Amino acid sequence: MKNLKEKIPSSIFYYLKSRISSLFKLSLNGDYIFKIFSGLIASSTILILGLIIYELILGSTLSMETFGLRFIVGVEWDPAIKRSFGALPLILGTLTTSAIALLISLPISLGVALALSEYMPKKLSYFFSFLVELLAAVPSVVYGIWGVYVLIPFLRDHVYSTLQITLGFIPLFSGPIYGGGVLTGGILLAIMIIPIISSVLRDLFSLVPSSIKEAIISLGATKWETVKMMMSYTRSGILGATMLGLGRAIGETMAITMVIGNKFKVFPSSLFDSWYTMSAIIANEFLEATYDLYISALINVGLILLLINLTIVILARLIIWRSLRIVRGIMRE
Amino acid sequence: MSIYKIEIENLNAWFGSKQVLKNINIKIKDRVVTAIIGPSGCGKTTLLRCINRMHELVPGARISGKVFFNGVNIYNNGVDPVQIRRKIGMVFQKPNPFPMLSIYDNVAIGPKLNGINDKRTLDSIVKRSLILVGLWDEVKDELNKPGTSLSGGQQQRLCIARALAIEPEVLLMDEPTSALDPISASKIETLIRKLAEDYTVIIVTHNIQQAARVSDYIAFLYLGELVEYGATKDIFEKPKKKLTEEYITGKFS
Amino acid sequence: MKMTTQKIRKIKDIVMHFMIYLTLLIAILPPFSVMFEVIKRGFMAIDLDFFIKTTPTVGEAKGGIANAIQGTLITIGLASLIGVPIGVISGIFLSEYGENKFSTIIRFFNEVLNGVPSIIIGIFSYTLISPITGFSLISASFALAIIMIPIVTRTTEEALKLIPTMIREAAIALGIPRWKTILHIVLKGAKKSIITGILLAIARISGESAPILVTMGYWRWWFHGLNRPVANLALNIFLFANSPFENWVILAWGSALILILMILGINIITRMLMRGSF
Repeated sequence: MKNLKEKIPSSIFYYLKSRISSLFKLSLNGDYIFKIFSGLIASSTILILGLIIYELILGSTLSMETFGLRFIVGVEWDPAIKRSFGALPLILGTLTTSAIALLISLPISLGVALALSEYMPKKLSYFFSFLVELLAAVPSVVYGIWGVYVLIPFLRDHVYSTLQITLGFIPLFSGPIYGGGVLTGGILLAIMIIPIISSVLRDLFSLVPSSIKEAIISLGATKWETVKMMMSYTRSGILGATMLGLGRAIGETMAITMVIGNKFKVFPSSLFDSWYTMSAIIANEFLEATYDLYISALINVGLILLLINLTIVILARLIIWRSLRIVRGIMRE
Repeated sequence: MSIYKIEIENLNAWFGSKQVLKNINIKIKDRVVTAIIGPSGCGKTTLLRCINRMHELVPGARISGKVFFNGVNIYNNGVDPVQIRRKIGMVFQKPNPFPMLSIYDNVAIGPKLNGINDKRTLDSIVKRSLILVGLWDEVKDELNKPGTSLSGGQQQRLCIARALAIEPEVLLMDEPTSALDPISASKIETLIRKLAEDYTVIIVTHNIQQAARVSDYIAFLYLGELVEYGATKDIFEKPKKKLTEEYITGKFS
Repeated sequence: MKMTTQKIRKIKDIVMHFMIYLTLLIAILPPFSVMFEVIKRGFMAIDLDFFIKTTPTVGEAKGGIANAIQGTLITIGLASLIGVPIGVISGIFLSEYGENKFSTIIRFFNEVLNGVPSIIIGIFSYTLISPITGFSLISASFALAIIMIPIVTRTTEEALKLIPTMIREAAIALGIPRWKTILHIVLKGAKKSIITGILLAIARISGESAPILVTMGYWRWWFHGLNRPVANLALNIFLFANSPFENWVILAWGSALILILMILGINIITRMLMRGSF
């Protein structure tokens, strides 16, 4: 009797299972459920990304309805009186500081990556690579406060004055120096993205097949000539790594807003002058935005920032993915 | 001036603590093909790489002894290995043309590094090298295609052309045909015989018959030691050591 | 003529050798300066009050960061509650069932999400959640969770990939269903690496201040409920750094020191553990 009592519930279970299975034409076993469940969770990333774009578009609607595409080329930002907003100087500010950052950080990152992968003895290289990875973990605000109290005084007192003396005839380098501004922002950004770009490049260089290196060495190439050959071999990967750094620089908020001066103007008068970026204005004014159009304008700025960032990051990932396949020999160029 | 292009004197080589070459003494003649043969792991490739100072590139690798090239010990203190490699070229087992360079640029890169920038000079060097290896007719209309777009045998000939473009005096070849099909292999063997007219060729091979076909002199290595060295004819017809005879006749490989 | 070319090549080689080491120096000096200054100036802030008092009001003599530490821990904790399970399960999926185009696409977009500026994620959380709760801890934690997810997913997948296929095959040969193999055997084996990945993600979000700014803003008191803001260490650094009050600035440096110690501490320990197991 007891066995029958135990058997009946389980047989009902199996009966139900087989009926549902045939109904949906699936086999309802644990593996399948687990796979579907975890797959759904895993696809949340795509869902989140889509949602982010959607929400930002939604939040920007008021601003887009009011200003239309003029927002992108608008040069006025007057929340108080006219309630008129335009993002062009912000876009330019973001792109300029990022460009400066790339100009500075690319050669340095290349040098660091080469030093770590080709020039240093292995044990030292492990230690310094470890160090470089660690540096990428320093938070933005810490770079920011260091920027305000250490970098700015240093640049103002020891670098910019010399720069102005030598290059002051160029308009970019003339004008009052207070220590912060566009150039300082670019320099701080460069300092922040160097560890990131270097790590990617170092990994890239370590993947160059030794047969390629041996081939050029056997022709009597010097170390530097060998290294040039390696950079030529990995050139699309270098491009991808640079773009990753660019994506990071564009989105950087706290550190840059602490040193760039946060002045909305169409063009700064020089590299030593204050300016503004898309991320900085959001950080500074979001809490002060008291009415809907103001908030919507800021979200609109965020939308532009997001779209630029997504374009760069997606392109960068595609390029790096492609270059990794070339370096691994899976794909021809 | 010695008739010997390369004289190896008491050469020992290590990878870390493992000794792979023991007291090698060989005198290599100019403008002949010398084959280094022996079972796997006997040190043939290491010996070859000691001649163009590529052995020392491996971390932990070192040598003792002397290697004289044109009468000068290449391991002397003041000698720049980079200069040595311009005079002693190398071709590797697996063809390794530069994938990001065209056929033309693959051959031209050596001379370019040496400072030759004039297009017409480079054109003639490339043409001459490709003719020498028998590739010119096959690729002359496709010089801009990537170096890797050729077949295996063609790629290896391209690598030989690349090595020859800087006009070395010695050509080292590490099992140059082992990764190729029989037809390409025999084309390269013919090329090797031709090259010996102008260059000193040293070839490592595990293929005994190839050594017999291609070389004038044979060095037989076993477990890092030189067992016997002599004219190919003598090695095959009247080997002095029993070990040599056993290897030649295929008793072990 | 030939001699000169070779000499030039040699000189170029030596010069570039020097230049490359120079770039290493240039790259390392600023971060070292950051470390040095944070320790030097932050040290001055450290005393008992620092850990006991709450952040000061205008004119108040000293103050401390006790509430900021509390708030940050709660925020990180809540974020992890959301982000860790989603990240780990996603990582499991990618590692165990991940040899197809769908998974490649997910991995790709994971890296894309990783690259989205954190302030945008903050705005997203604001638009999504603040209609319900206003500026709140929930909103901030949600933003931080989204930042965590790609990191935890990637590190979990890498951790699981380290477990040899043989172990999975052995379990399946014993008749254990695949999902049980994953949950009970593979996961257990990769536990240490997965936890390491989670710690690294926590280290990352503890330094985030931009999303905190737009989802919570500044809070001077202790924890007052999930639907209210809470104090935050990283945000306070930003807000206090440019303050005219000297004690506030000192607190900012002190907070930076605590933050750095915590983040670098986690990074150093976890990376050393990870390398040790190879």
